Order: sequence, then C-alpha cells, then structure tokens
Amino acid sequence: MTNANVAKARVATVWLDGCSGCHMSLLDMDERLILLEEKIELVYSPLVDAKQFPENVDVALVEGSVSSEDDLHKIRLIRANSKVLIALGDCSVTGNIPSMRTVFPLAKVLERVYEENTTINKQVPTKIVPKLLERVMPLHEVVNVDLYLPGCPPSAQDIFFAISELLEGRMPDLSTTMRFGA
Amino acid sequence: MPTITIDPVTRIEGHARITVQLDEQGEVQDARFHVTQVRGFEKLCQGRPFTEMPALMARICGICPTSHLLASSKACDDIMAVRIPETAEKLRRIMNLAQIIQSHALSFFYLSSPDFLLGMDADPEERNIMGVVRKYPQMARDGIKLRQFGQRVLETLGGKRVHPGWIVPGGVSHPFLAEQRDQILGEIPEAIRITRNALHWFKGQIEFFRAEVRSFANFPSLFLAMANDAQEFSAYNGWLRFIDANLNIVADHITGADYMNYIGESANDDSYLKSTYFKPYGLANGMYRVGPLARLNMCKSAGTLQADEELAEFRELERHSVLSSFYYHYARLIEILFSIERMDTLLHDPEILGKNVRAHAAPNRFEGVGILEAPRGTLIHHYHIDQNGLIETANLVIATGHNNLAINHGVLQVARQFVKGNTLEQGMLNRVEAVVRAFDPCLSCSTHAIGTMPLDIQLLSADGAVLDRLRR
Repeated sequence: MTNANVAKARVATVWLDGCSGCHMSLLDMDERLILLEEKIELVYSPLVDAKQFPENVDVALVEGSVSSEDDLHKIRLIRANSKVLIALGDCSVTGNIPSMRTVFPLAKVLERVYEENTTINKQVPTKIVPKLLERVMPLHEVVNVDLYLPGCPPSAQDIFFAISELLEGRMPDLSTTMRFGA
Repeated sequence: MPTITIDPVTRIEGHARITVQLDEQGEVQDARFHVTQVRGFEKLCQGRPFTEMPALMARICGICPTSHLLASSKACDDIMAVRIPETAEKLRRIMNLAQIIQSHALSFFYLSSPDFLLGMDADPEERNIMGVVRKYPQMARDGIKLRQFGQRVLETLGGKRVHPGWIVPGGVSHPFLAEQRDQILGEIPEAIRITRNALHWFKGQIEFFRAEVRSFANFPSLFLAMANDAQEFSAYNGWLRFIDANLNIVADHITGADYMNYIGESANDDSYLKSTYFKPYGLANGMYRVGPLARLNMCKSAGTLQADEELAEFRELERHSVLSSFYYHYARLIEILFSIERMDTLLHDPEILGKNVRAHAAPNRFEGVGILEAPRGTLIHHYHIDQNGLIETANLVIATGHNNLAINHGVLQVARQFVKGNTLEQGMLNRVEAVVRAFDPCLSCSTHAIGTMPLDIQLLSADGAVLDRLRR
C-alpha cells in the first residue's frame, strides 16, 4: 500500500524510436516490479496514462534513438525536467537499428515504403504525422546523458541493478556487468 | 471545426494520436487514428545478406521478436528451397506458442486489465499496472507470472527473452535438451491455473461492459487467418483464408506465391501506418480483421481439450461470427489456454529431442515468402535477392496494418457512442483509447511513434468560445 509519508522516487520511462524491446526487458524484472512499486512512482511511461512529461523527475530511462522532430522536442523536454537521464539500450546509446536507414536518403526510404510497396494511394504521409529527420541520432548527440545501459536489449538484471543503485543514492558502476553487443 | 486530440494514446504497444472532429452541434463527425513514426525496414535491409534477415527483422518489434524471427526464417527457407527437419519445425512451433502466450499476457494483464479492474472511469493516475499491483496484488502477480512463463520458454530455447536467436534459415541452430523440456513441463500446471482463473473472472465481467461490447468496433467485416485441412487452430503451417461475417469462405488456399492478388495496401496522408484491404473488394469494401478474434472465428476447433470447451462457450456469444472487438480480450485468453495445452503436447513428443535440426543449403530461388500467425495476426515477410544472396527488395505486411481500417472504423464508432459534444469526461476519452487497446496494435511492428503534445482538449463552439477543456 502507498505510504504517503515516504517520498517515492519519481521515475519516467520513455520510448523514442526503438522497438520497445528495452521496455520489455524492464518488464522482465517480473516480481521485482512489485518490490519497486514500494519505492518508485511511475510518473510517465507507455504503461501509464500521463500524457505530458512531468516536472521534477528523478530518473528518466529513455529507449530509442532520435529520429523525428517529435523525438527531438521530446528528448530536450526530458532533459530539462530530469535529474538523471539514462540511455536505455543500443538504439539510444548508438543509434543502432533505426540509424541504418541513414545510409539511404530519407526520400528514398519513404518512397520505398509508401510508393513502391503500395497498391493504391501512393503518397508519403505529411499531415498530422511528425517530420522525420534526415539523420537518426543517439541521445548524447542532442543532450547530456548521465548513464549508458547498452544492450539489445540490456538485461532485466542490469536495469534492476541500475535503478536500485540510483535509489540508494549511488551512481551505478556497470563496467563489470555489461558490454556492447551483449 | 472543433477537434479533440488524444496524444499520445497510452497503454498500447507504440504511440499514436487520435483526433475526433465535432460538428457545430457537438456531434462527432469523424475520428481518425494516426500512427506517427516509421523506421523503414523495407529499405534499410537492402544490400544485406539474406541470412542476416531473421536477426535484423526481429528488431522490428521487442514484443513479438520471435514472430518476425520465424516469418523471416520461413522466407529464407523458401529462398533456400529446403524443407526443414520435422524436429526443427516442432521446436519452432513451441517458440511461436511461447510468443503468443507472453504477448497476450502483456496485452491482457499489463495494458488492459487496469480498465477492467479499476474501471474505464477510474482516476487516470491510478489506472495502470502499478494501480493493479496496489489494489489487486494477486491478479498482478498472476499476470506477471504468466508473461514470465512465456518469456522463460523463449529464453530456455532461444537463449534470451527479448531478441532471442536460435531460429535460423533451415531450422534451428542446435538441438533441444531433455532437462530443458522437463523444466518447462514443470511450470505448465501453474500457467494453466492462472489462465483458467483469468478466463473465469473475465467471463463474469462481461455483463458490466455491455456498452463497450456494443460499440467497440462491433460491425460485420471480413476476417483473415491461417487455415489448414484439419480446420483446427493454426499459427505456423497452412495457407491463408478470408471469411465473411457469416463464416462463408470468400477466398481460400492463398499462399506466399499469390497473396499480393488478395491483399492490397493503401497509403494514408495522415498516418505512417498503411491500410491493408481485401483487394478483390477494393479499399471501400475490403475491410478485414486479423488476430485472435479472426482466428477463433476461422477455426472449427482449437484442437486441444480445455481450449475447445472454452471455444464452444465463446461461440455462444453470437449466431455466426463474433463481431465485437471487445471480445478480442476474451479470445486472447482462450488462445493462451490453447497455446499452453498445445505446447504441452509438443513437449511430450519424443521427436523434439532429435539431433537433426537444420537443413543447409545455398540460395536456390531469388524470391521467398514467409507467412505466420503472430500474436496480433497474419504476418508476411517477402524478400527478393540478387545473384550474391543480397536483399534487393523486401515487403512486410504486418498484423496492425491489416487491422488499420477496422481500428479507424472502431474509433469512430466508439467516439459516436461516448463523446458527447458540450462536456468532456476522462472516462469517455479513455474509451476511445480502449477500443484501440482491444486490437492490441503493435505500432513498433508496423512503424512506431511518440507524441509530444500533452492531452489538452478544448471544445470550442462555432463562434470560438471555449465550452469545455480537459487536460492531463
């Protein structure tokens, strides 16, 4: 049960341009999610119904790369409102899979999907949808990142360790537990 | 014209926007579902070796990577022109069933159960899985446990829970071991117990959701799913079949060679998600649905004992096919039960411990198609290669694309039922989102998105005066 006297850490999880696999790894903490519920308040996440990134976030875990104008706006908003920003997974750390489109001009990518691979109404969407960036970027190209959790995805154990250490007021040392490409 | 925007749509696998257009009387005139990002897998794979596709294409989606891994490997089998060893096929089927279990458990327990347990009108700050942990800890624990069961099977066989390997062109990379089998078998009774409890509980809840049953994308449509000679539930082997709302077969025996004659794709100017339609009927009349509801409407029997009992009861809901998309949730639970039972049968087959698990070959064809039933519906991977085995073109047709027309139609239907002009309530907006949730769209599969605008809805009268405003 929520104890109003104990201040819970305000945690946000965000998913930019990725596959949600890092969020699935987060859920792979399984029963440890119940333990975390006692210590954290999930103030913003694809799992909750908050629509606006809140102020005063203690820890923000961000999955995915920066690929559209929306992502760009979003990551700046996250940085401005978060004490600790974690790049969660290879797409946010290096650009990984989303950045593979960068070897082709953006117009060619869109042409392939919406014109060549379409039967009728061949057209590139322009209304309401955000504009894609010509070049996909990892988070640190746009904002300062406090902690990197590489992996495709990082394991549930590593994510749990990182959050637990931060809750204890320590910056986690992941140098011995993980490596790129794991 | 006043417009309501819900951005981002939450508790779905991906992010999207919904816009609801009102007329001057405050009546809903139109409603649209917009998906707001795309990664271009159909382009970024060009020039890469076809053998790289399974691992690369799995990255389309972190929720159902195994589905992409399997569809992609099937397309590669086709390019190599091999029939994979029977042992490998059975092992792949176990992976596919585990994928269905964990994905459906995610959809039901983590994403949608807050609507059923805490209520469509509950406080949005509480209406999530953490709220369920606080108020209904046993239900939360069960949901975690069931998803964990599916994930552990994927980890045991594939080496990793998210983005496993092991499934490769020609079969699987190494044999399955008896101790791994025994470990999974030991966890099956608990998984069955949780699923049966959830089914029992959900069936008891339906009467409290009559308005949602009536208006959640409840209309006649075609259905597409995999079919086989036995008329049993089929997720790995078979051909594609379209049926209509009266269960008549509209098109049958569709294979990788001719799917393009039946499935058309139309681009939208306001969404990165294309709309797929039944080509012979055209875009205007060709709407169809895929996924759990389509599969249960399609098969004559599930083929396992307990799931068949549940299926018989499910069929009592309506005279012909079950049409309300609210019942996707119900169908998902029956599919979990079936998947656990079928996995149990496969695990008792001694052939799964066979040592011959991979066919080796160079490319023998320039083209290959892999078709599979993913948790959300029919999944098609179609590749062309050049002389050197490098990908020339790829076409991916994904479950949520098949459902796009129906989702849009459903959003409009539910908006007409619940969004009433001059006042706005949280609960009615959540219902507009919940209809999308019923389809369990996987937007990371089809594309993927995140919104930046807060939910700030203003309802304006024809002269621009603010009649009402809602924020969260």
